[in-house]
Amino acid sequence: MSDGYQIVVCGGIVPDPLQTLEPVHGPAGWGLKNELMLPAILDPWSGHALYEAANLAKAAAGSKVWLVSMGPKAKLQQVMMTVAQKAAFELIALDAPAGGFTEAGDVAAALAEAIEAIPGLDKSRLLLFGGWQSASRGAGATMQIVGEKLGVVDQFQGVDKLTIEDGGVLRVLERVEGGSYQESTVSGPPALFGWATGELPEPPNNPQVGMANMRLVMPALQKAKPVQLAQPAFGSVQLPCQKRETRIVKDTPVEAIAREIVDWINA
Amino acid sequence: MTDTERASMDADIVCVGFGPAMGGFLTTLTRGLVAEDGSLLAESKVMPGAPPQIICYERADDTCFGVSGVVSRARAITASFPDFDPAQVPMAAKVAQEKVVYLLDPRGASRRQGVLRFKDTLLRAAGPLLPAGGEDAVELPYIPPFLRKEPGYVFSIGQFNQWVGAQVMGTGLAQIWPAMPAAGALIEDGKVVGVRLADQGVDKKGNPEAAYMPGMDIKAALTVVGDGPAGPVGRGLDQALGLPPGNFQYDWALGMKMVVDLPSSCDLPEGFVLHTFGYPEPDIFGFLYVLPGRVASLGVFVPSWLRAPARTGYRYLQHFITHPYLYKHLKGGRMRSWGAKSLLEAGRRGEPRLAGDGFARIGEGSGTTNVLTGSGVDEAWASGVLLAEGVLELYKADKPFTKENLDAAYVARRRASTLDQEARVAEKARDGFSQGFVQGLAGMTLTGFTKGKYNLSGRHRPPHENVPSIEEYYAGMIPAEEIKAVRARCEAAGESLHDALMDRAGWPKIEYDGQLLVSHQDALLLGGKVQAAPGYADHVAFVDRDTCNNCNTKICIEMCSGQAITTNPEGGVPLFDREKCVHCGACIWNCSKPRPRDRNRSNVDFNAGAGGLHSAEN
Repeated sequence: MSDGYQIVVCGGIVPDPLQTLEPVHGPAGWGLKNELMLPAILDPWSGHALYEAANLAKAAAGSKVWLVSMGPKAKLQQVMMTVAQKAAFELIALDAPAGGFTEAGDVAAALAEAIEAIPGLDKSRLLLFGGWQSASRGAGATMQIVGEKLGVVDQFQGVDKLTIEDGGVLRVLERVEGGSYQESTVSGPPALFGWATGELPEPPNNPQVGMANMRLVMPALQKAKPVQLAQPAFGSVQLPCQKRETRIVKDTPVEAIAREIVDWINA
Repeated sequence: MTDTERASMDADIVCVGFGPAMGGFLTTLTRGLVAEDGSLLAESKVMPGAPPQIICYERADDTCFGVSGVVSRARAITASFPDFDPAQVPMAAKVAQEKVVYLLDPRGASRRQGVLRFKDTLLRAAGPLLPAGGEDAVELPYIPPFLRKEPGYVFSIGQFNQWVGAQVMGTGLAQIWPAMPAAGALIEDGKVVGVRLADQGVDKKGNPEAAYMPGMDIKAALTVVGDGPAGPVGRGLDQALGLPPGNFQYDWALGMKMVVDLPSSCDLPEGFVLHTFGYPEPDIFGFLYVLPGRVASLGVFVPSWLRAPARTGYRYLQHFITHPYLYKHLKGGRMRSWGAKSLLEAGRRGEPRLAGDGFARIGEGSGTTNVLTGSGVDEAWASGVLLAEGVLELYKADKPFTKENLDAAYVARRRASTLDQEARVAEKARDGFSQGFVQGLAGMTLTGFTKGKYNLSGRHRPPHENVPSIEEYYAGMIPAEEIKAVRARCEAAGESLHDALMDRAGWPKIEYDGQLLVSHQDALLLGGKVQAAPGYADHVAFVDRDTCNNCNTKICIEMCSGQAITTNPEGGVPLFDREKCVHCGACIWNCSKPRPRDRNRSNVDFNAGAGGLHSAEN
């Protein structure tokens, strides 16, 4: 690809669960108690997508990476101070709640609109990256709908590997049932890739990358577009039950550990 | 990759550690850099035409690192924010009611001097006539002015730091980079020229691996060190430059706390402040502050002058919580978060060299903690403000950050400040504790009421010289042979000694309720999340193996807040698991042995490491 790719990564933020999350119903509907108090991180699935995007952009000259991120503006600012040290990108910020009480379709519509508005966007060079699922929603539908709204029909979900072959053909490994992979090829952009964990480790924090990114990140945050997301009606809201029984047992045979896990699942 | 390939970057001011001191510094500096007409007071020397490039590196993964049960008069903070409204900061409230309570020992297991036992007997006899006397506690009818925090605020240091950090970043004039530990100061010809960041992509011992990236050198005309008393940059400077003559950093304490959802039965009001002393050991001070949302912040301080060689933060905290005077309010509550931190209790006498060519020190690591009033957050903030005012003065005069100029613009300003005046009053306040609890309390009272004119004297020794052996401490209570057997049993099981010894000494077992009273490991897991990014070396290192091999009093294990340092079943050097470390720094001063070639320092090195943020609420 002579002109390189335009890689747009959709990546939301999620609360870093240092404390137990508590759903609360406020004037604006359901949300997370203390959401603005909790430190936040880039959705881990999206994080993998961003690192893969940065890696691909390095390999294909002329490529550029955008990160389209939706969340409360103040929390986006905090998260970007960490993320911006890891990979070079241009931020497009959308100011909206990130507590997970939204419809995937609404989120996808806002993301697609923001992507359409990227100056100089060339869909013939567009690779859409994102998390296969979302740590806050787990529905796995958002990226698919973003692709549909942008007219990107070649979509791959649960991606762990993407390689560029001769002639710009993209070879994709997608996770399928039973720990197996499905291998596909696509002739080139536009295409959408919902990443699983990928194969790359988290990049180290690089102050130079951070400083370079920050020249664009701060202006992007200042002009973050507020997004009003309609909230669906919830019959009830509750956190998954959590039960922790910590024991320290040494030298237990593997068979005994396996048996205990099976007993626990059966119970 | 060789050292010559280490990358370098230039800034105008590089800062390390984002806490209240750095918050005060950056808030004042970024405001002062902009004139009323919007023009900039100074221009960057490294990026001409741009504002000064001010970068702050913070080790933890976010700007809400901190552990403190903050109750503060907040004079410096409110001077910076004259319209300060606690409703702006999550978990902040005005102090509404304040009590100081002496806790008697309902278990009979604590170590109390004879005179104290006699006093306790009298108090019990007079119990029904005294406030709260029927609950193994006595509420003091009068709070000395030097201890009183009204009018003031209670808040979460993590939330406060986060609030300040967002505002500083919002100015666009300073950048706070989390998750970036600084390894040490760069010193050239006696001048500090910046900091070196920690190497990444290394194994536990610091050996390069495939993803090796040498820590970058960040060079700047001014390095501002505010990485706290356990910070590697500040401590490295102390090693390189030495402390000023007569100063020492021998007095420490471990603060361990919980944030608790109060049960519905608790009627303590928001803004309630409780200070305690007397239990679980007389020297252990405690606190409980009620924050908004029916949440309480509570904890204990375990000081270095507590001469127990099997001391422990966590179990003492549990005994504190279950004291009848507190448990009536807390029973049925739920732990939300937990954390721990070392406090440098040397105060002004632990002050390092505050400034030199190219550097200045602020915050707790610069000796700001007032050991009489027991406050440090506002004092740390004040030191940052004072430095920022000095830096602005030098920028205005276009003077370089030399020792001479920083002494005139910062150190002299600090010496003339209320911060320093009050620190002078306080500096000998706790000397009496080296003689015993009663003497310590008397000394504090004397210092407080005479405003530092009269003090009780004390002995100043490195912490490791303060503790007897376990056999000496338990002489007459637990036979040496039994201790030997307990030690062997604990070593084989990979367990610390304190639980077995405290059980044997008469401390009741803690009955876990699964919510408030949980095992130490569950507190670590339920009370937050340990952050230990991969690719960094172990930041805790045992310097001399023979010293550890010959040590029978491994307080480093007993006092490790996260149980990250554990007994080695094979004997000798303890094991360290950085995935449990909350960076409290207790191992620095709880090592009971000096290192062979420097008897002023313990045998534990505490170096740069990523992480440490365990809870945003502490």
